[in-house]
Order: sequence, then C-alpha cells, then structure tokens
Amino acid sequence: MSTVSVSATVNGVQRTNEVEPRVLLVHYLRDMLRLTGTHVGCDTSNCGACTVILDGAAVKSCTVLAVQARNSEITTIEGLAAPGEPFSAVQQGFHQEHGLQCGYCTPGMIMACTALLAENPDPTEHEIRHALEGNLCRCTGYQMIVNSVRWAAEHPDGVVPARPDATTPVRSTLGAGS
Amino acid sequence: MSLIGARVLRKEDPNLITGRGQFVDDLAPAGMVVMVFVTSTEPHSRIVGIDTSEALALPGVLAVWTAADLDGLPPLGLPGLGRPLLATDVVRFVGEPVAVVVAEDKYLAADAAGLVLVDYESLPAAASLTAALADGAPALHEVLGGNTVFEQPFDDDLAVEFAAAPHTASLHIVNNRCAAVPIEPNACLADWGPSGLTLWATFQAPHHLRNTVATYFGIPQDTTRVVTPDVGGGFGAKINFVPEYFLACALSRLLARPVKYTQTRSECQLLMYHGRAQEQDVDVAFDGDGKLLALRVRVTQDQGAYPDPTGMGLPVLTTAMSAGCYKIPKVAVSWRNVVTNTTPVAAYRGAGRPEASYLIERIIDIVADQTGVDAVEVRRRNYIPADEFPYATHSPLAVYDSGNFAGAMDELLTLFDYDGLKAEQARRRDDASKKLIGIGFSSWLEIAAFGPPGSLEAFGHLASWESVQIRVQPDGSAIIYTGASPHGQGTVTTFAQIAAGELGIPFEKISVRHGDTATIPQGIGTMGSRATAVGGEGVRTASVRVVERAKAIAAHLLEANPSDIVLEGDGFAVNGTPSRTVPWSEVAWKSFRPLEIPPETEPGSLDITVFQQVPNFSFPSGAYCCTVEIDRGTGEIEITGMYLVDDCGTVINPLLAEGQVHGGVAQGIAQALYEGITYDSNGLPQNSTLMDYLIPAASDLPDYTCGRTNTPTPNNTLGAKGIGESGSVGAPPAVVNAVVDALSHLGVKHLDMPITPIAVWNVLKGAQ
Repeated sequence: MSTVSVSATVNGVQRTNEVEPRVLLVHYLRDMLRLTGTHVGCDTSNCGACTVILDGAAVKSCTVLAVQARNSEITTIEGLAAPGEPFSAVQQGFHQEHGLQCGYCTPGMIMACTALLAENPDPTEHEIRHALEGNLCRCTGYQMIVNSVRWAAEHPDGVVPARPDATTPVRSTLGAGS
Repeated sequence: MSLIGARVLRKEDPNLITGRGQFVDDLAPAGMVVMVFVTSTEPHSRIVGIDTSEALALPGVLAVWTAADLDGLPPLGLPGLGRPLLATDVVRFVGEPVAVVVAEDKYLAADAAGLVLVDYESLPAAASLTAALADGAPALHEVLGGNTVFEQPFDDDLAVEFAAAPHTASLHIVNNRCAAVPIEPNACLADWGPSGLTLWATFQAPHHLRNTVATYFGIPQDTTRVVTPDVGGGFGAKINFVPEYFLACALSRLLARPVKYTQTRSECQLLMYHGRAQEQDVDVAFDGDGKLLALRVRVTQDQGAYPDPTGMGLPVLTTAMSAGCYKIPKVAVSWRNVVTNTTPVAAYRGAGRPEASYLIERIIDIVADQTGVDAVEVRRRNYIPADEFPYATHSPLAVYDSGNFAGAMDELLTLFDYDGLKAEQARRRDDASKKLIGIGFSSWLEIAAFGPPGSLEAFGHLASWESVQIRVQPDGSAIIYTGASPHGQGTVTTFAQIAAGELGIPFEKISVRHGDTATIPQGIGTMGSRATAVGGEGVRTASVRVVERAKAIAAHLLEANPSDIVLEGDGFAVNGTPSRTVPWSEVAWKSFRPLEIPPETEPGSLDITVFQQVPNFSFPSGAYCCTVEIDRGTGEIEITGMYLVDDCGTVINPLLAEGQVHGGVAQGIAQALYEGITYDSNGLPQNSTLMDYLIPAASDLPDYTCGRTNTPTPNNTLGAKGIGESGSVGAPPAVVNAVVDALSHLGVKHLDMPITPIAVWNVLKGAQ
C-alpha cells in the first residue's frame, strides 16, 4: 500500500515518517514512534485510553488518522515531564490521591485532565466529572481521580508540601527519578 | 516501625503515570507477527465450508488456520464438553473464533481476516436459559442429552416448614449477565524458540497458565516461561484459559516467530468470559415480627456455550452464601448448570457471592415490606450475634470466621440522618413536584481469602497456598518475590508495608516482584480476595524467619546471645545494652561472607521461601446504604448518597483499601443501574461494543462516604480478611433496594437489574 509523508512535532521533537494513509494516529505513536504510553482500550472512541494533546486540545488518537496530524504539535504522556524533571502537577496529583490502580486508563486520563486544567485551572467536582465523561476507568470508581485533579488545581507547580508534623503517617514523596 | 494501617503512597505509580508501564501490547520483539481471529457471526450454526484462499494469497499473510489445522491441539475445559481452539463443525455463540490469521502487521492481518469466507447452515439457537430449558430445545452438545450440565437437587425442600410458616414470600430474580471490561482487553505474545517457550499474557495467575500451557503442549515446565507484565485490570475475567493463549503458542512454534494477539474491545465483549448470568427462585418463610424461619434457594446458572470449571463453581458459592449475615433455622439450596448459545460464563469480581448477597438482601426488604417492620430493624432481628463465631452455616464451605454485623450497621447509621431522610421521603411522596426519595440497605457478607487446602484445587489450580520469597541483598535492601499477581491492587506497596515492620528494613528499601515464572519460586495468583490474607500473611511469616536468622548473625557480630538480640533503629541491638548495635547493612553484607558468620551458618541464609497456607476462608462483611432520587417525569435515577461501612479486619493501607471499595462499588452500581449483556430472540448479542454496553463514566457515579469497623479474622496473624470484591458484593442490593423503596408506595416489590430510567418510567406511567 502506498504511503504518504507525515511530519509532526511529538513531545517537542520533529518527526517525519512514511505512513499508510489509513493508519490511525494511535498506531503511528505506538507502533512507529514506539511511544507505548498511549493505550488502546476500545474501538469505538468511548474509553479515552488513547487521549493525547493535539495542538492544545485533548483528542482520542484512535479517532484521528496520522495524516490528519500532519504539521501538528502532539504531546503524549511521555512528554508531560522532561527527563530528570519532576512530575507534572496532574501526574503528581494522581500519585498523591491514589488516582490510579491498574494504570491502563491513566495516561489518557492524565492527558484529559491536563487539557481540562489548561482550560479551567480551578474546576469544581461537577465540572471535573463532566469533563472526564469521555475517559473510562474500571478500577477507581472515579472519586480519587476527581481528588487527583483537585490536588493538581490546588498545587499547580506540582510540589508536594512538606509534612506538617512528624506524627503524620508516612507518605512517600517519590520524584520522577526515583 | 510498623506501617500496617498507614496511608502509604504507591510504589507502583511512577512508571504508570509517566507512560513507562509495560503492558503486553507494548512489547514488540524482533520478528514479531500479529494474529487476529475470524469470529462467528452466528449463534448456532453448522460450518459448511471455510474459504481461506483469498486471505492466504495476500502478501504478508503467513498463516490462516481453521479447525482442520488443529491436529494435536485438543479442546479446553471439561472432557466431552470442551471448548475447541477454533470452532469445529459447529459454532455455538456469536464471537466464537472460527479461523485465525497471522500476518506481518495488524492492518494486513485485519485485511486478511476480512477475506476469509465462512459458509454457515443455521441451526435453531437457545440463547437464554428459558430457551435452553424449554421442551424440545435445541441441544448444544449431543453428549448431554439436553442442556443441563449438572444438577444438584435439594436434600430436603423444606415443604413441611413452609407449610407451617405464618408468612411466606417468593421471588424470581434475574442476576444480569455482565462483562468485566478491564480497560486492557485480552492480549498475549508467544515466542517459541529453540530453547523454550515464553508467553507474555495479561493474566491473574501466571504459574497456573505456565503449568497448563506446558501440560497442554507436553513440554517441560522449566523451559516454559509465562510473564504477566503490567496487567490492565482483570476483575476475575483473566483467570480462565482462552483459545488465544494456546493458538499464539502453536503458531509461534509453526512460524518460528513471536506471535502477538491483541483483542479488540468488540472481540473482548464477546470472547472474554462473562459473569453473573444467573436466575434464582427464592422462597422465604418468616413470622409477623420479620424473623426468618426458612429459606429455599434454587439457582439456575447460565454457563454459556462451553462450561468452564470456574463457571461451574459459581452456583456453589452462591448457594453456600445465600443466608448472608442471618441466622436462619432452615436453609435449603439446589442448583443446576445450563449451557446456552452465548459467551461462556465464569468469574467476574465477586464470582457467585454478589448473586448471593443480592438475593438475601432483596428478600430481607420483601420481608420488611410484607411485615411493615423497618428494613434496618428486620436485619437487626435476624443477624448472627457477634458472640456466635465461628458460625457454621448450612454449607460445609461456609464456616464464618468472625463478624459484627450489628456493629457495622450502627456505624453506618452514624454516616447519615436515616430518620430525617425517611421523613423527607414521606413528605416528597405527597408533593408531585418533587423527586421521589429511596433508601436502600445491604448487610452483606462474602467468602474470601481463597487459600484453605482444596479451595482452588477444585478449580484446577496446583494448590491453594501462596508463595513468598524474601531475599535480603548485600546492601541491606530486600526483594520480595511472590506468586500473587496483582493487576491494580497495589500489592507491591502493601507487601512492602507488611515486610518493613517485621524486618526493620525501611519501606523505601524493599522491592516486590511478581508475574514471572522464571524468577518467582512458584505461585498461585491474585483472585478471590486472597493476595493480602494469604500472600500478605506469607510476607509476615517469611519476614519473621529472616529476622530470626539475621539475629543469629548479629549476635555473632556483637558477641551476644541470639535470644538477647532485638531489632532497633536501622539494625540490631543487644537488649538492655543500647550501645551495642550493628546496622542491617552490615549484617546483610556479612551474611554472604563465610568468615564473618557463625560457623554453623551457611552464606546467603537471609533468603527464605514460604508456601503460606491458611486454615479457613475469611468472611469480609459490611453495611451499605444507597440513597436515590427519582425524577417522576423521566424515570432518571440519581444516587445522592453511597454510605459504605466495610469490615475486612485489619487494613494494611487505608488509602488502597478505600480504592478497592470504591472500584468494587462502582462495578456494583454499574450492575444495578447500567450494565447487562443481552441477546435478542435470534441469539444475537446486543452489546458488543462500548457504544451499547454502558460502563459508567465519572459523571454517572457518586461520591462515596466510607466508614469502617474492624473484626479481625483469626485465620492469619495479620487479621486481614480481603477487600477486593467487597464493593461488588455489597452495592447492587443497596442500590436496587433504594430504587424499589422509592417506588414502593406504588406497589413495586422488585425490579430486575439493570434498572434503567425507562423501566422506572414505565412503573411511574403505569401508576398514573
């Protein structure tokens, strides 16, 4: 099958590949660029596991052809925190508030939450629940995901406050490098 | 310092929140090819012919197999009723694999699968229990002479007790068929090379799979390796053997290439084992005070097209647990397993116990309704008293270990204003402009900690223990290897918490490894809420033995008596002489150096393997309340409160335990209000994608208010009972009881799940 050339900036790096016109963006990211943090959980655009940020908007990368992403700027879960940098606020929020269990929906969920906070830095619980309608999680029952987004809203720099006193139960403060 | 009970954040998270997790579909070894299925579009048909020629002619296609190519690859499951790897002569459910295609990439493979032509000759289908049990029903398996696989009749159907009872009630319950829907569908990658077979799979029990695959192919276990890397949810649906695991191995052997299979969601909806799918006929006898006198339960379990050993066990668990938290003088149970032209049925979170809690908790509300006694009070009048444990039930399987059901209810009623809400409910009923209010309770109990000898052997496992190996490293850190195989539970964190307290090694210096038969001594797996109660206990047992040996080395180094050595600070000290200490790092380092350890000690002795057994099941319990508001105009149901008191005994990590409760409750709410796999009258499934199978999103679910009581189990030294399935057991009856309560003034006694707005609207419309 014939191919077309696709150039895009992915996580800040300019990439150019020969791609079949029918290839989905998610398969381009996963199979060609080997960015496997973006997952596939359905084939009807319901689950949102494949959510990435495309030119500033959260999109389901299973619903976009790679050729449609030509000349765009794409951020995947791998691009949220640069190597050696701390977690983003949303990533840290998911860790602090136990916003994930199996972790399969998590990258898509984190990208959707990142886009939400970019648009609405201080969302209410109601706004969070409705903004995440397109991202399904089967493990958490969502309350701790909502808490994670609130944590990120309240800690936009992603920095975990120091423990108030020594008697607080131990909580790890793993950084990106640990 | 003990970390048991601390809200420690997870060690699992950093990889998973950065996209550095590794799920099966993320793997792509050199030379890998892709396998896809051609699946049946027919519920019950004879295969007249399969034309694979066009598919085979497509460049990049390496193999197309049909049943004719399965020489030496026998069916899975029960002898005589086995599930063939590819449908042989007859297809028995929509979605059953008919052919398999291997190609160089997934797009090519899908193209080729679309070119495989299958000719069917339709047979009459029986895609429901009613159809399968009807006179003259089409038989799925000739050897059966009907569609009933097994029937356990009543020992005594309690006819005398029911005839003499002052009051009786009967209820026919449909416990709706559900799909587990882990967000990661099934996936496997088989690499059969000259030195052995490696199978990566998204599975809950890697050693079980390794043993079975080796036996299936007649190859040694030592050169057969199963790896379960990050697993994207399981919920019980990833403990059964499915054709893809065996086909991927066989095709890898044939092609000498790694073969990967990644299920699409639409395939997953039809191919992954379904859960529940049970009908129950329940009769209860009671007195005018709401005291239960007798309970009679007949379960009819839909097995789908091919009975699975786990599926066959579901009604065993349901009937064992049918009496719930209640002291009922007479209980009679019977069950039968029936095949239908539907997706096979096996474990789904709770596996047989949600069906039990649902039936008894619905029955309690019916008794309350019929006697006019408050639903909470009926429960209180029938609870097994807290001082009557261990409590032997009607079932030899279920000897309840401990419980305090009234205590959990007391705690529950502190979480919200029951009397106030009841008064508001009464006011609203008289004001047609307001939404209706419903309040539903469940006092639930389940059987967990699958670990007593014999408990898992019945489902084909090697044994029922769990393995734990602790290896202290020369720098004083420790690695725990376990046969428990988590897929979201947080076992890496909780096991490290348990070990840290016992070993005196910091949490940060303890790693937990799982999911690889090449490195884990042996193992059983994670299911049946067993990881903490069995494996976690193993961590404690192994830790105690490691410390005992470490103390002998410390005593040698400190020139003291081993019995005087205590764990202190970052190492060991002589009791009463705090100045004489040696750090763990030095004990660990020297434990490998023959010249520095006691002469009778072997180097490397701080390496302990335990096969942890437990004497009995545990019985987690709790009291839940759901409150709903119902829109009189649309029938829309809104959950306004979900109050959850769990008693799982000792909690290792409250944050993670709450996470388990939330997730289980979400699935329970989903079963009650949203989910259900249905088949039309022709046997065609109606929910084969997430477009038409509604798994709830964040906007569909409420906030949860959690409470806790603590009745430790005597079956392990931790006192932990297990928490993985509780929510899915406790939530459905609470939700349904709430909706029925909201509509009870209209004469509603029962509504089957899922209770959709249209079902409620029909009730409201009928009442006008």
